[in-house]
Amino acid sequence: MKEKAIYITGGLAGIILLLNIYNIFMVLPDEANQGAVYRILFFHVPPAITGMVLFFVAMVGGIGFLSFKDFWWDALSVAAVEVGVVMSVVNLVTGSIWGRNQWGIWWAWDARITSQFLCVLIYVGYLVIRPAFSDATQRATISAVLSIFAFADIPIVWFSIRWWRTQHPGPVLETGGLQHDMAMALLYNTIGFLLLGAALTLIRLRSEEVQREIESMRRLAHAL
Amino acid sequence: MANKVWTIVAKDLRSEFRSKESINAAVSFALVMLVIFNFAFDPTAEETHTLSGGLLWIIFVFAGTLVLNRSFARELPNDCLDALIAAPIPGFQLFLGKAIAGFILVLGVELISLPVFGIFYDIDLIAPFWRLFLVMALGTWALTVIGTTFSALTVNVRLREIMLPMLIYPVLMPALIAAITMSGSILDGGTFSGNNLIWLKLLSGFSVIYTALAVGLIDIVLVG
Repeated sequence: MKEKAIYITGGLAGIILLLNIYNIFMVLPDEANQGAVYRILFFHVPPAITGMVLFFVAMVGGIGFLSFKDFWWDALSVAAVEVGVVMSVVNLVTGSIWGRNQWGIWWAWDARITSQFLCVLIYVGYLVIRPAFSDATQRATISAVLSIFAFADIPIVWFSIRWWRTQHPGPVLETGGLQHDMAMALLYNTIGFLLLGAALTLIRLRSEEVQREIESMRRLAHAL
Repeated sequence: MANKVWTIVAKDLRSEFRSKESINAAVSFALVMLVIFNFAFDPTAEETHTLSGGLLWIIFVFAGTLVLNRSFARELPNDCLDALIAAPIPGFQLFLGKAIAGFILVLGVELISLPVFGIFYDIDLIAPFWRLFLVMALGTWALTVIGTTFSALTVNVRLREIMLPMLIYPVLMPALIAAITMSGSILDGGTFSGNNLIWLKLLSGFSVIYTALAVGLIDIVLVG
């Protein structure tokens, strides 16, 4: 059942992304002002959305563990955070490349960039502290609390940085409304990335479960 | 309830004033930072005034972390933490007691380093003192709540001194932005109106949200 879910989500993600990438590079025309480089958008926005959804899933996993005391929820939480961090880093890197091309700078302390970067830092903290606990129950409990604390911070970070930056308007470039074909391509890529995120999370979830099985067998062997 | 909380506050303060281990470290650390800043910025220049809010909070937060790091770690020798958890006092009261004690200590360190800062950088602190004090109190409470919670989270962790700042600072960022912006503006003669009022609300909101979260989750952190 688990393997099937991985294959289905992964396969669907692959098909959608392949078809859509062909469409993006071969069919869609260049954008009027930016030329070819606007295509980064299709690999910039979808990972950001996927990352946010996965961070939400991580918090749900945290609450799930605290309510049911089942390690499956903890595995879900850490799997979602790992994939979420990767997606957010992809978002930051693609954005940085686009910024270098369009603004002439690699980095601007703009509201969105700063809050995204802080999100990555918070969740990297989550991943770094996990191995520091040797006791599995303690690790899962602390991780669950952390995932709730971290997710509560996201909206506050977002608003605070937006207010902070309104006093110093940064070089924010908003394209006013996407053309229909481009919007559809963006939508398909978002679906593709969400499925990819789901597939990767399921794979990580599986490896977490296997790891826990090995751990319990080792303990059993020691007991004997 | 107030009685039990107060017992914890008095116990923490008494043990700190007898050993003075974290207060001494924090105050001397704050002084060292003030000297280092002197080499990084020209202390007489006009820009230093606009930077002063940021400088002040870098000192407060770094020195504060030194104090808060000890909040729960202090209880580790002789298994005092187990005794505290087993004592007939609810987790949230234990947390509030520790947080209030930490708040008093950190605010004390801040009040000692503030006049030194004023003298070294020739900044008038007398006229805006009460406004600045309000910001300091609110910002310090936010720092203390986050710091005490994460101190409880990391108490059993290897490399605790490294883990704690890594977790605290990204989560604390909205409160820090608010405190830095307001302090800078107040030292420049500003009052609580316009933007400062928004920041004041944000800082208060942040403190309320995280105090509520911490009080709700601390039993899980301490007991599991």
